[in-house]
Amino acid sequence: MKLSVVVLEGPYTHEASDSAYNLIQAALKKGHEINGVFFYHDGVYNVTKFMEPPQDDRHISRRWMELGEKGIDIVVCIAAGLRRGIVDKIQTSNVRISGLGQLAKMILESDRVIVFGD
Amino acid sequence: MNESSEVRNVMVVVRKAPHGTIYVQEALEVMLIVAAYSMNISVVFLDDGVYALKKGQDTSELGSKPFMSAFRALVDWEIEHVYVDRDALKNRGINENELTEIGEDENTGEPVHPQVLSHKEIYKLMQEQHTILSF
Amino acid sequence: MLHIINKSPFMNSALEDCMGYLGSEDIVLLIEDGVYAAAAGTVKSGLIEKLLEQNEVYALQADIKARGLEQLIKKVKITDYEGFVDLIEQHTPQSWL
Repeated sequence: MKLSVVVLEGPYTHEASDSAYNLIQAALKKGHEINGVFFYHDGVYNVTKFMEPPQDDRHISRRWMELGEKGIDIVVCIAAGLRRGIVDKIQTSNVRISGLGQLAKMILESDRVIVFGD
Repeated sequence: MNESSEVRNVMVVVRKAPHGTIYVQEALEVMLIVAAYSMNISVVFLDDGVYALKKGQDTSELGSKPFMSAFRALVDWEIEHVYVDRDALKNRGINENELTEIGEDENTGEPVHPQVLSHKEIYKLMQEQHTILSF
Repeated sequence: MLHIINKSPFMNSALEDCMGYLGSEDIVLLIEDGVYAAAAGTVKSGLIEKLLEQNEVYALQADIKARGLEQLIKKVKITDYEGFVDLIEQHTPQSWL
């Protein structure tokens, strides 16, 4: 199955980002393909590079960066990002900022699309 | 609807009220973009989502963007399949005529209204979708 | 269809709202705070008990465990994230945000 995942909430405040990440890990383990991850709404805050959570907590932006490193397309919505001050230079590596058209493309290319939000 | 296995059916479901969170405003942005790709898009307003189509909304004193006005032109963006849940209206004491029109018919110039449907009719549409984007 | 509920039934009507749009083949999956609906002996347990008369109901193990829920309504199936993936593969998901 080709799966795309949409995340509408920011890191730490809401569980959406964790649920999405855990689901993706399970899908990868089962041999499915993650076609893309699309961050929208406050979800755009998930992949900023200045996050420094305490050592005993998960590092949310690093987790997404590592998925990006594996070749998964991690996209931050440019309209939602700019509105909130999220620009390229504060993003972690292996993610990209692009338009909502990327979400449309993910829908066209995936077998399933799942939304996590509030 | 022009049904073809190549053309994906995408439904945007709006269940939240319009101004308390940004969900409806950004859902609208998604509708407009997704509609520009070759997909059969439908938009469904359920539960508090029906408040998004209420006439007479004025955000001037909030200082926020009056994005609701774009709902009055959905037809211009090729979004013609717009549905509203009948029970959601009834439960909230809203009459059909209190809802905004979604555009004008390009031939007759007559206003186009969102279609009010039952749960059952909406559920039937949901089952036909490839993707359901919820806001 | 796979209906995903992530809200506590005590604070939010998502579960009840979703119940108006269920086909007999559909599955309900409780995740995040949605898993509180699967707890036995609450004023909201009736919702899931009613659902179970027609539909399969799953609850996500990681969320149940995180919340220390022990007494769950019988017949609610527990699934892990890999089971969640299987459910998505078999059904079109809809999140009742």
